[in-house]
Formats: sequence, structure tokens, C-alpha cells
Amino acid sequence: MQAPPVEIHDMTVAYHRKPVLWDIDLTLPKGRLIAVVGPNGAGKTTLIKAILGLVPLASGKVELYGQPFHRQRHLVGYVPQRESVDWDFPVTALDVVLMGTYGRLGWFRRAGAAERDTAMASLESVGMTRFADRQIRQLSGGQQQRVFLARALAQNAQIYFMDEPFSGVDAATEHATVSLLQELRSAGKTLLVVHHDLQTVREYFDHVILLNMRLVAAGPIETTFTDENLQATYGGRLTVLAEAAEAVRLGD
Amino acid sequence: MYAAYEQVESSELAAPSAWWKSWRFALVAVILTVAAIAYVAWFRELDDRQQRALAWVTLVAAVTNVACATVGCFLLLRRMSLMGDALAHSVLPGLVVAFIFAGSLNIGFMFVGALAAGLATAFLADTLNRRGGVPADASLGVVFVSLFALGVVLIKRYTGGAIHLDFDCVFAGELDLVGISSNKNMSVGPFELPRTLVSVGPVLILNIAVITLLWKEFKVSSFDPALATAMGFRAGRLHYLLMALVALTTVASFEAVGSILVVAMLIVPAATAHLLTDRLSKMLWVSAGVGLLTAVAGCALARLIEVNTAGTIAVTGGALYGVAVLLSPRYGVVSTLLRNARISARIVREDMLAMLYRLEELATDRQLGERQVVQAVGGGLLANWGLWSLLRRGDVQRTDRGLSLTASGKQQASQLVRSHRLWEAYLVEHLGLPLDHVHEPAERIEHFIDERLREQIVADLPAADVDPHGRGIPDAPGESRS
Amino acid sequence: MDLLALPPNLRVLLGTSLLGCVAGVIGSLAVLRRRSLTGDMVAHAAMPGLCLAYLVAYELGIGRDRPAYFLLLMSGAALTGLIGSALVTFLTRWTRTRQDAAIGIVLSTFFGAFVVLLSYIRYLPGAHVAGVDQYIFGQAATLLTADVWFIAGVLLVSIVTLAICFKELKTYSFDADFAHSLGWPTLSIDLGMMAALCLVTVVGLPLVGILMAGMIIIPCAAARFWTYRFGPLLVISGAIGAATGVFATLVSAEYFVRWFGFDPLAFGYNRKALPTGPVIILSGAAIFLASVLFAPRRGVLARLIALLRLRSRTATENLLRALYELGESQLPRLAPHQLEEIQQHRRWNRGQLTWALRRATWAGWIERNADAIQLTASGHQRAAEVTRIHRLWELFLISGARIAPDHVDRDADSIEHVLTPNIVGQLEAMLAESGRLPRTAATPPQSPHVLTGGNDPVGTLSPGGG
Repeated sequence: MQAPPVEIHDMTVAYHRKPVLWDIDLTLPKGRLIAVVGPNGAGKTTLIKAILGLVPLASGKVELYGQPFHRQRHLVGYVPQRESVDWDFPVTALDVVLMGTYGRLGWFRRAGAAERDTAMASLESVGMTRFADRQIRQLSGGQQQRVFLARALAQNAQIYFMDEPFSGVDAATEHATVSLLQELRSAGKTLLVVHHDLQTVREYFDHVILLNMRLVAAGPIETTFTDENLQATYGGRLTVLAEAAEAVRLGD
Repeated sequence: MYAAYEQVESSELAAPSAWWKSWRFALVAVILTVAAIAYVAWFRELDDRQQRALAWVTLVAAVTNVACATVGCFLLLRRMSLMGDALAHSVLPGLVVAFIFAGSLNIGFMFVGALAAGLATAFLADTLNRRGGVPADASLGVVFVSLFALGVVLIKRYTGGAIHLDFDCVFAGELDLVGISSNKNMSVGPFELPRTLVSVGPVLILNIAVITLLWKEFKVSSFDPALATAMGFRAGRLHYLLMALVALTTVASFEAVGSILVVAMLIVPAATAHLLTDRLSKMLWVSAGVGLLTAVAGCALARLIEVNTAGTIAVTGGALYGVAVLLSPRYGVVSTLLRNARISARIVREDMLAMLYRLEELATDRQLGERQVVQAVGGGLLANWGLWSLLRRGDVQRTDRGLSLTASGKQQASQLVRSHRLWEAYLVEHLGLPLDHVHEPAERIEHFIDERLREQIVADLPAADVDPHGRGIPDAPGESRS
Repeated sequence: MDLLALPPNLRVLLGTSLLGCVAGVIGSLAVLRRRSLTGDMVAHAAMPGLCLAYLVAYELGIGRDRPAYFLLLMSGAALTGLIGSALVTFLTRWTRTRQDAAIGIVLSTFFGAFVVLLSYIRYLPGAHVAGVDQYIFGQAATLLTADVWFIAGVLLVSIVTLAICFKELKTYSFDADFAHSLGWPTLSIDLGMMAALCLVTVVGLPLVGILMAGMIIIPCAAARFWTYRFGPLLVISGAIGAATGVFATLVSAEYFVRWFGFDPLAFGYNRKALPTGPVIILSGAAIFLASVLFAPRRGVLARLIALLRLRSRTATENLLRALYELGESQLPRLAPHQLEEIQQHRRWNRGQLTWALRRATWAGWIERNADAIQLTASGHQRAAEVTRIHRLWELFLISGARIAPDHVDRDADSIEHVLTPNIVGQLEAMLAESGRLPRTAATPPQSPHVLTGGNDPVGTLSPGGG
């Protein structure tokens, strides 16, 4: 039997010694559209960054399809938060999407016609072909988000990680994006999406991870996205956990 | 699903016309040609010795500038301009120590010394910032100023009397001596070359080679370090590679331009290019071109007014940047002001059209005179000019009793008024604003509502033929069909 | 004027220390507003102004001995310094060039203009290039008594202004947007601070030259290791600046050599030719280094000690808990345990175990007889306490944070040593409320998981280890 797309064992992540995620044990099923939900500071972005090896683990391990991440990079697509982008950078929409193909190319080789075709196809599937030559500052918020979505598509991954893809986009883009994500899921891809709008979780997703410094619950929407679990995630803050983390940071 | 969306939005911006056909490009080409002819004419006036000296100086300066301008692009884009500044200063103690050990400006020793000093700067500043809680800019400042001071003291203490390393060299460079003083030369094979060229030349080739080979890695890690790392390109390592390149370039340029002016060569051409282009590959070319131009012009100017060459190159670079700040087609201050003026002019014109339309709508015989129309939109130069251009375009015509709209003017005005009234209706229907509060916002926004938005508003309104004040909303251009 | 004339040595001492003090105070405000490198830019941008002013003086025939000469040079420097900072503001606001690049551009272009002008002056008949040259890295010998009084005046004015506007400046430095929302004239405050920075930089040029940025940044950066608070930061920063001046003067003074028999920087006879700027900056760097190493709490040494102390406490507490758990079944009898047993109970770092044994013996918590180790009465009490905290945390993780019982031991292991009494109190209240803890119990609750030996990887999350 094939190993699951993402398997996390006993993972703890700390920034400057202060733990922000405690003991995550998690297995993601294949071919699901998964929402990561939790209050601010719950460690949603950290979860993705830890899986992608962007922050070091204090303990535990992460496996993608049964292998450590660095062997499986080519299976992963990533859409970062919009705030982290330098919009004045001299790149066009097509350049950005082309970057999605770089991982497959490896060191030194340059992008050729094949990569360009992939990039154009990705732009087409988000309806952005006409804007291929525009500098990214000159796109609207929704268009910018779609460019980054196209970049993830160009990565042609099996697992996608998306950090708040719906923040700051218009309703039309949001709808179109969801349809695209659902298409990808139907094609057997696994998608992990950080999401902050509780209203739409049930409508858009079929799987949910509830996170608040530790894993509260994970599973299919019907059984997991319950009032009780939401209460445990958002209500009754674990002040003791936060205070203990602080005590670790101060160290004495 | 995105198709409909795309169709509408792409109409916003006309396809960019080929850049080489634009009048701006023609103008720049003419100016450059004239300058080149003048330069050649002037150059031929010089005597033989001067020609040879100038040629060497220009060659060294050009190679230095281009080497700096290429890595400078990445420094600028990674927001590390000040790291370039810091490195340029702080390699000094490394250079001096290497000089003391080698007893001369041995290029190999100097590279090692400067590389060590450069990496120490980066590491110390980073550690102070992260572990010591000193703000990033302050920790950089502490480290590089202290190291620079150390370098100056070391020079004074240990290299007093040495020919190749003194204060002048630190802050002004010795570019002027290239091609004049024969002890600045060294023989490479059969050739007698200026030593500065021997150190900068290979660095230029190295910079170009590294950037070409690692083009996409540098590109993606500059734009999105997280993505680069997730793809396995270790943004951190590329970061240190870039810093090593900058340190090398700084050292190689040290003898020619000193350790302060090199900042101008690193950052200024790149910043100029950043104002002129929107693509990374183009930016590198433009940056290198600007560097080259700066070097040639700077050397000629310095010779002309008989002042320090390295300083003149820095000032010339600054001046070219200033020109770009003012005149860059897309990001220049002048073009921004012009663009704003053009929008203001359009608004004034449209206000006049709409006013005339409303007057005619009332079906009175009254017509406004030119002066009244101009006064009504605020008067002044802009209004007069707006009216003049309306008359010239044939949107408005003079009649014996005043001004009236022509057919084309009427067509435009009806769409404006349609926008205005649709927006009023929308505000009342969906935002629940009282009637006396909707005119002002509609007046502002009517100039920016296009066909697509109008159709959206129509779709959102129960009835789109009468505005909240009870006045009829003009039809869309092809409305009668549907 | 003659009455106030100072002897040269005192003049230099007073001049440098007063300058250091005022630069430290004004510089702190700049550093807190993330303007460190603006100071660097101003110092470089002021240089062409010096040359221009020199050219004016040259044309007008104002000699170096006239007071107007100094004033003229300073105003020239201040003018181009201000133009430079205005240009940076303009570029940042009106173009897509970001602030860091704008600073670099203005700095290098203006300095290029300085180099050009300097080379022009050099070939001017009858001009003394030294009149400008010495400003590059500073030369204290040129300092006049009037300059010292001028610097003192600047210091006095800035201290008075600071005292009057203390809370405004504090709020503004911390959060400019908030200050703006209060309706304060933030633009004026900003311009005032910029002007003060320019003034200090220009005043410092004769002494420190283009290295003036160091005088502005270093005192504040050093002071941050001594305090977190705004007021003390300004005071300490000023003090460090003054100390830098004193230190630099002493180091270059002849009597230092006479008293201590050596010349630390080995300048020897040609000391006079050495520019003062680098010496002052290196003195400042030395004080900064000392702050980094020896400051209480934040210094490297203090942190090292704290870390070692925590490690030692962690090891000792682990030993006590191990002993408690080993003897738990035979309680209340306290039985001796073999060293081997302890070693098997959990994974130990050999050095840590030895140290913990020594420390626990020394504290009177254990008695050691060859390899047999026994808790004393007080040791038992302490061990019970430690074990109690450990298990409280485990219970909390299981019930409160819903973490699987087989995971909690290692977590508790790394946390228990840093839990404050306050947190323990909260834990007790919480667990008592849910009925998992007898309200009165001072003894540890039952361990919520099977106690097995040696299976927990110690130190993965060890505080201080990471």
C-alpha cells in the first residue's frame, strides 16, 4: 500500500526556543482538499513551513509519501502569503509562473521552450494568458493571487500547500479558485490550505485540521468540524501552554 | 471559469507597443549618437599620450563599472544596498592585513583578506541583530564603521610610506594614475597591463559567469527565498555567494576607485535600471549599459575639467540616476505628474460635457457661453485648455447663443451621465444612502466607471431606467438591441 | 575669550567627550527610529559642502585663522547634509527606489562630488588642501576653545529639549503612527530630529570625520545591552558616548604612555599625524565589545552563566525525580539505590550525572555511599516537589491539550524545570477543578503513564540546549 501524502510524527516546532507547535501527530489522506483552521498565532503558517523544511523541527519528523521532504521536493507546490512578496520586483506574470518549473530543472539548467509552454498552460488555466507580460505590481489583488496559483500549478505537484490564498481577493476570484482547487482534488492531488473564514470551510473543503498550538482535531468535515471541536480550538485558550512556552523562551 | 473575467479586464491596457518604435527611444538614440560624435571629435583632438592614457582609464573604469553594476542589481533587489555599502567599507582591514603580510598589493592575498573581512561583517552583524537584539541597521553600522576605522588605523600605523596604499587610495581611488604611471602596470604574458585591469577583469568574467550559470537560482531566491528553499536551492547559500561576489568585486575595484566610491558603482546603475525596466533580464542589461555609459562619460568629463576621475564617475552616475528619476517613462516623476495632469484634464472635460448634456436634457433654450462653462468647472488654465480641446475634437460646437454638444459629444456625455446616475441608484439601493448624499460620490466616481462596471451595476439593480432623483438614465450604446 | 581659553589637552578631552555625549543621546533617537545609516549618509553628504564653503572662503579671502572660516565651513557642511537627507526622503516617497538604496545613492554620489571638489582645490593656486583634507577622518588638534563651547551649547540645548519633550519623543520613537493619531505634529518632530542629527554630525566632522556614523550608532547599540527602558537608554547612551571621548583622549595622550610605559596603539612619535576619528571609533568599539561581553542579564557572560545554572538545575532535578520514581513503590521507606539503577532509569549525559550527584550531595539532598545513593529527608521533600510538578504538567497535557499519554513524558521533562510557581498554581487549580487532583494533596499524583526506563530521548527540546 502507498504511504500517505503527508505523515507527521510527534513534531514540535520552536522559534528562538519558544515552542509554537507542540507534538503534532498527523496523517493526511490522499486526494483531499484540506483546510487548516485556527485562531491567530495558532501556528498554521508554521505548520506548512515546518513541513516544507523552512523552519527547523525541535523534535519529530515529517514524511511525504514515506520519504523525508528533501527527497520529495518535486512532489510539492507552495503558494506563500501575499504579504511576503516584493511587488516592485522586475518580473512579469509569466516569469513568476516560470519559477514553478525551476525545481524540476535543478541547478544550472535554464528554462526552455517546454517550461515556457507549461507556464503558459498554467496561466491559461487561471485565465491570465493576456497578462503574461505585465509586471506583477500592475495586476489587481485577485490577479496577483491567480499568478501565484498558476505558479503552483506549473510545479505540477502531488501535494499543494497554500497559505491564505483567499485573503484580499474578490469574490469572483475566490469562487474560481475554489473550483480550480476542487478540480485538482478530483485529479488525485492533495491540497493543504490555510483558511481563516470559518463560514466557508464547510462549503469549500472536505477535510479539516483544527490547530491551536497543538493539534485539536483532524478528519473529514462532517465528523470533525463540530461545534465542540471549534470550541476547543477557539474558546478556552490554553493560557498555561502559552505561559509555559514563554517560560522556556526566557530560560530562567 | 476565468474566461469572462479575462475578456473584460484585458481591455484595460492596450497591448504594449514595441519599445523600439516609441519616440522616447528615438530621442535617447539621437542624443546618444550626437554625444558619441562629439566624443570622438574631442578625442581626436588630444595628443597621442593623452589618448592612450584616456583609453586605458576608460577601459579600466568601464570594466569596473560593469562588474559592479551586474552584482549590484541583485543587491538592490534583495534590499541589501546597505550591505553593499557596509562590505565596501569593512573589507578595508582585510586588505590592509593582506597588504602587510604580502608586502604589496598582491591580488590573491587581498582577495583572501577581504573575503574574510566581508564574511566577518555579515556574520557579526547578523549575530548582533539576532542574539543581541540590536536593530539590523544599527548592528550593521556598528560593525562596518568599527572595521573601517580599524583599517584606517592599520594603514596609518603599518603602511606609512608605502606607495600603493594610503588615505587617498581609500577614499578617492587611483584611477587617475592608470595609463600614466608605469609602476601601476604589470606584465601578463607579453602584455603590459594596468594592475587594476588585471584584478577587475577576471572578476567581471566571474560575475557574468556566475550570474549566467545560476540565473534562475538567483532570480527565484531574490524574489521568493521561501520558494527557493522549498525547491532545494538553499536561499541562504545563494545569499552568501552573492555577498562573496560583492566582496570580491569591491576588493578588485579597490585600487581603482577606493572603498567608498565603489558603492556608487554597485548601487546607482542598478537603481537607474530599476526605474527603467520591468524585467530582470532587461534590468541587468540596462544596468550594465548605464554603468558603461557612466564610465565613458565620467572619464571624459574628468579629463575635460581636470579633476579626480573616480569621483567624477560617481557624480555622473548620480546625475544619470537623477535623469531617470525625472524622465523614466513609467516611474519617472515628470511622467507621473503628466499622467496625473492628463487625468485631471480628462475629468474637467468630462465635467463640461456632462454639464452641457444636463442643460440640454432640461430642454430649455438656454445655452451657456464659453466663460460660464469654464467658470462652472472651476476656471483656470486647465478648464480653458479643456474647453479648447473639446472644441478641437469636435465634441462641442459654438453656436450663436453659446455652446452646444455635437453628436459625438452627446454620445460621450450620455455615457457619463449614465455612469453617474447608475452609481447614485446603486448607492441608494445597496448602501441605503439618503438621496442628498449620493450626488457627491457619484460626481467623483463617474469618470472611472467603465462599460463592464456599468453592466454589473445594471445587473444588480431592480430597474435601471430611472435614477433615485427620478431622472431618466441614458441607455447604453447598443441598448436598443436588447 | 582669553579668560575661557582652555589648555590644549583639556580642550581635546572636553571636546571629544561632550561630542560623544551629545551624539550618544541624539543618536539613540535616530537608532530607535531605524535611522542609523541616515547618520552615515549625512556624514558623507556633508563633505562636499565643506569644499564648497572652502571655495567661497578662498574667493572671499577669509583665512583659516578667522572665526568666520570655521562657521562658513560648518554651514556649508550642514547645507549639503540637509540637502542629502531631503533627497533621500524625496526619492523614497516619489520613486520606486527604496530607502536603503536611496541612502546608498545619495551617500556615494555626494561623496563623489567631494572627491571631485577636493581634487579641484588641490590644483588651485595658493589653496591649502589640508584645510579640508583633515575633515575626512577628523583631527582634534584643530579644535578651538570656541568649538568646545559650541559643542557644550548644543549638548545643553538638546538635553533641555529632551527634558521638556520627553514623553512626546518617547511615544514618537516607539510608535509614530500612534503619535500621529494623537494629533501631534509628527512631521515637525521628524524634521526636528533630522535637523538635530545633521547638526550633531556636522559638529562632529572636525573631530571624527566621515566616521561620525559610528559616534551616532555605537553608544546606543552598547546601551541596549544595559537597559530596556527609554529614559535610562538615553542616559546610558550619553554616558557611553562621553566615556568613549575620554577613553580615546587618554589612549592618545602622552601621559598614558608615560604612566603605563607603553603606547597601546603604538603610534610612537608620529601620533600627531594620526587622525582622531578612527581612534575615537575604535575606543567606542572597545566599550561596545565590553558591553556585549559583560553587561548584566543580556551580556554574553551573564547568559552563559544563566545557561549553565539552568543545565545544572535540570540535571539535579532529573536525578531527584529518578530517585523518587525508583523508590516510589516502597514509600514511605527511603531505600538506597545503586548508581547502575539510576543510569538505567533514564538516559543520562555522563558529565551531567556526575555533576548532579555532586551538587545534590552538596545541597544535602542525597547521601552517597560508594555506588549506593539514598535520598535524605529534605531531599525526599524536594524530589516529591519536582515529581509533582512533572506529573501535573503531564496531566495537563493529556487532559487540557489532548496530547497522547505516551508523548507527554518527554515534553514534561523539558518544561518542568522552567515552570514558575504561578503556572504550577494555575495547573493545580485547573486539575483540582476537574477532579483529577486531590485538593489537599502535597504528594505527587500517580504517574499518568507507565514508567519505563531509558526510552526517552533527552534534550530534544531541552531549554537551554536548543
